[in-house]
Amino acid sequence: MTDPTLKPHQSAPGTISADRIDLLLISSLVPNQARVLDIGCGEGDLLALLKAQKHIDGRGLEISQRNVNTCVARGLSVVQGDGDRDLEQYPDKGFDYAILSQTLQAMQKPEDVLVQLSRISHKLVVSIPNFGHWRVRLNLLRSGRMPRTKTLDSEWYNTPNIHLCTLLDFNELCAHLNLTIEHCILMRNGTTRNLTRAPSGLENLLTEQAIYTLSTGD
Amino acid sequence: MIMTDTTAKPPKEDKNNPQGNEKFHIFDNALPLDSGETLQPFTIAYQSWGRLNADKSNAILICHALTGDQYAAGTNPLTQKPGWWSTLIGKGKPLDPEKYFIICSNVIGGCSGSTGPASQNPKSGKPYGLDFPVITIGDMVRAQAMLLDALGIDKLFSVIGGSMGAMQVIQWTTAYPDRIQTAIPIAGAARHSAQNIAFHEVGRQAIMADIDWQGGTYYANARIPRKGLAVARMAAHITYLSEAALTRKFGRNLQEREKLSYGFEADFQIESYLRHQGFTFVERFDANSYLYITRAMDYFDIAADNDGVLAQAFQNCQTRFCVMSFTSDWLFPTSESQMLVRALNSAGANVSFVEIESDKGHDAFLLDEPEMFDALNGFLSAAASDFGVTHD
Repeated sequence: MTDPTLKPHQSAPGTISADRIDLLLISSLVPNQARVLDIGCGEGDLLALLKAQKHIDGRGLEISQRNVNTCVARGLSVVQGDGDRDLEQYPDKGFDYAILSQTLQAMQKPEDVLVQLSRISHKLVVSIPNFGHWRVRLNLLRSGRMPRTKTLDSEWYNTPNIHLCTLLDFNELCAHLNLTIEHCILMRNGTTRNLTRAPSGLENLLTEQAIYTLSTGD
Repeated sequence: MIMTDTTAKPPKEDKNNPQGNEKFHIFDNALPLDSGETLQPFTIAYQSWGRLNADKSNAILICHALTGDQYAAGTNPLTQKPGWWSTLIGKGKPLDPEKYFIICSNVIGGCSGSTGPASQNPKSGKPYGLDFPVITIGDMVRAQAMLLDALGIDKLFSVIGGSMGAMQVIQWTTAYPDRIQTAIPIAGAARHSAQNIAFHEVGRQAIMADIDWQGGTYYANARIPRKGLAVARMAAHITYLSEAALTRKFGRNLQEREKLSYGFEADFQIESYLRHQGFTFVERFDANSYLYITRAMDYFDIAADNDGVLAQAFQNCQTRFCVMSFTSDWLFPTSESQMLVRALNSAGANVSFVEIESDKGHDAFLLDEPEMFDALNGFLSAAASDFGVTHD
């Protein structure tokens, strides 16, 4: 989900604020001039960054019409639509990269979304918050209530994040969908680590957020 | 081919609402029509703003709506009112003549300078009337393409239009995909809906029921089908607005009276308003043109031209699209634009889609809608930069 307080279109592209370091990391994963679909692109921060840094041929799908209008006024190619419903209209392998930046957990049917994205794109970049992090576990153990984190700070009854998972859970879903984990960036206390395999149980305990690069094998 | 410049006066220096250069292009060659007939000779009346740059990369074509004309900006010489898109065209506006060479031509079949049913039929020496061939949106666009050929413009940076103008924009992208870089269909559709054909039929029947229509030969005497055309306009005008806008503007307010007349005068403001719309329209628009152009819209169906599959029309289309609709538009509702967007997406086209919140109905595309201006500006500026459009 895009932080609503962040309005980078008021500043030059590339000057992303520190709390969206994940956008810079995602940008580092995308090659020059790639065809990219950003699902849940918000106000287009990532697309603008990718356009400026990687000269991509980018498209966005965004559920909020207000955000879409902002994107188009920024010169980005974005349509209003719902990732749960509207991915079917895209042709097979029309994109090199499909990106779910902090979006998957807000989807009604994450599995179906990943299946559709595997069809329309060669690679997937998925960034997720990790509910397997020790602080989340401790939080639940100590308070006995649904955990809240810095980035996901809403009540269980009004959060848009309805499908939260741990890294081990996500590894399993990737295996189930025949998605190969090519690369994974683990984020913790503002530091990052790069893996070329699925994160382990220990890494699941220590990681706050992860960015997976998945390939569909065709 | 003869090019005549009929600009009698030098253009007025109002950069905010710049006067266009009025020109006519007379084609001696034939315009082939979708019906199989041809139109020869034919004239296209057009206006232009700004200058074509050295590499001819800054040309924008504006397509007008059903009752529009080539006077998109400046003062309309017929009505003395500002051009219909003077909100968009001018210094510092999304369509800035200092950046772009902007062209707007009167459609074939029209009545403000281009050949239409009121023009002289070379075979009879009299106005065509109903001898004028039935024309289509495809024919209008073909004539525009011939005009661009004559002007030496191979590629358009953008084609922009609302309502029937949007239909022409979509037609351009399928008929001449290699000639346009960006396309902005606003409040349009890839086909005319059954409901819209129905409204048009009401308008046409009103005109043809007027005894002064005389089978379309009314040019011979001074009697024109005023009442029929006015009723057609009144009915159509309702479809351009929305219930919310009508309620906000007029409600049940009475027109210059304290109480009901218990008769059939224009008791209500809305009645008076519609009558005014009808009667002023008659002064500027030819009834036969209204018949022909509404018919052209009715026939428009891009999917039907492509084996019933809309997406097929846009295969390998390199044009960048920005589709726009308005929330309260029930004549060309958002669902029609979405249908177009879905087809474009499935063809892998580059498309943006903006729905603008407005209670002003279909007419919103002609009005001051800042969100529309922002989207237009952002889309065009980014495309101008990406396509290397220079301003000289």
